Amino acid sequence: MKTVYKKPESITNKPTTYCPGCPHGIAHRLVAELLEEMNLTRETVIVWPVGCSVFGYYFIGTDAVEAAHGRACAMATGIKRTHPESFVMTYQGDGDLASIGIAETVHAAARGEKITVVYINNGNYGMTGGQMAPTTLIGQKTTTSPYGRDPKLTGFPMHVPEMLATLEATAYIARAALDSPQHIIQAKKFLKKAFNTQVNGIGFSLVEMISSCPTNWKMTPVEAMERIRQEVLPVFPIGEFKVAEGVE
Amino acid sequence: MEKKVLVNEERCKSCGLCVSVCPKHVLKISERLNSKGYHPAELFDNENCISCGFCYLICPDAAIAEVRRPEPVKR
Ligand SMILES: Cc1ncc(C[n+]2csc(CCOP(=O)(O)OP(=O)(O)O)c2C)c(N)n1
Ligand code: SF4
Ligand code: SF4
Ligand code: SF4
Ligand SMILES: [Mg+2]
Repeated sequence: MKTVYKKPESITNKPTTYCPGCPHGIAHRLVAELLEEMNLTRETVIVWPVGCSVFGYYFIGTDAVEAAHGRACAMATGIKRTHPESFVMTYQGDGDLASIGIAETVHAAARGEKITVVYINNGNYGMTGGQMAPTTLIGQKTTTSPYGRDPKLTGFPMHVPEMLATLEATAYIARAALDSPQHIIQAKKFLKKAFNTQVNGIGFSLVEMISSCPTNWKMTPVEAMERIRQEVLPVFPIGEFKVAEGVE
Repeated sequence: MEKKVLVNEERCKSCGLCVSVCPKHVLKISERLNSKGYHPAELFDNENCISCGFCYLICPDAAIAEVRRPEPVKR
């Protein structure tokens, strides 16, 4: 028998704190697989966020720090500038990155910091019980938009990759989805380009991953993946929004 | 034949995603319980598994610990 897939070593033996069927775990595995394949595990520092993935350092065995809510890109900036030989990435939810931390994110991108951002968009604040996020869809019911998000009151969903792609200094910006095996294979390809962007010293890279939150969406994990395809991807399309010269 | 899919039953949270994506319908949620109280996924028809790895790819908990493909038989 030939092994075709095997749990990466750097996914620790500690079971995650995520709800059953939460795609945070899929994103973790993709990160761990690529770090191993690219031989980066030992030189990596992951800056973890506030949100459901706040305990990420228990689940992926690399060096790590924990940022204050939203400040991961600012922290990663300092780490990368003082340790340019390290591979520095942030892992952030949509509340963390696009709400409280949008200033840090945009300015790190505008400065062209040579860091990589893994951005998990599940359309709400999962950890705190499913409040509306900047990414919540129009009409989507959350605990803070009980009648559905009304654009007249709270505006429209925020497309972070499209925004950041307009900044001169960004090098690789893409959006993937975690709803199906095919999309997960594609997500890994995008993430590999993002990692290569940093390894080759080209500039700022970010991959948004469209995720789900079965618990707060009040759906089974399988129904939540279906909702991604039916409702989320038409608003947040998969694609590469910026591929600077030299990115491969 | 040896199992083509190895499930780490203690890591499984019974989410059912692997069952939903298996193109050959050879996975199911078993009746057993792990120490957390979840019913782990199980490969019940090893013969018809095509080692595609879809179950591994979608599993959020790395509970599909390994997927293996039989070596081609030498003549
Ligand atoms: C300064 C500060 N404000 C608010 C909070 C409460 N809080 C904890 S997690 C969170 C939002 C997390 O949402 P997201 O980043 O989308 O992560 P998810 O849980 O959805 O993965 C908030 C507002 C906090 N911990 N610290
Ligand atoms: S609350 Fe949502 S994002 Fe958080 S672990 Fe549960 S399913 Fe995942
Ligand atoms: S490897 Fe493919 S066919 Fe075999 S159990 Fe997994 S999903 Fe099903
Ligand atoms: S996808 Fe993983 S955690 Fe979910 S039922 Fe299958 S083996 Fe268990
Ligand atoms: Mg979120």
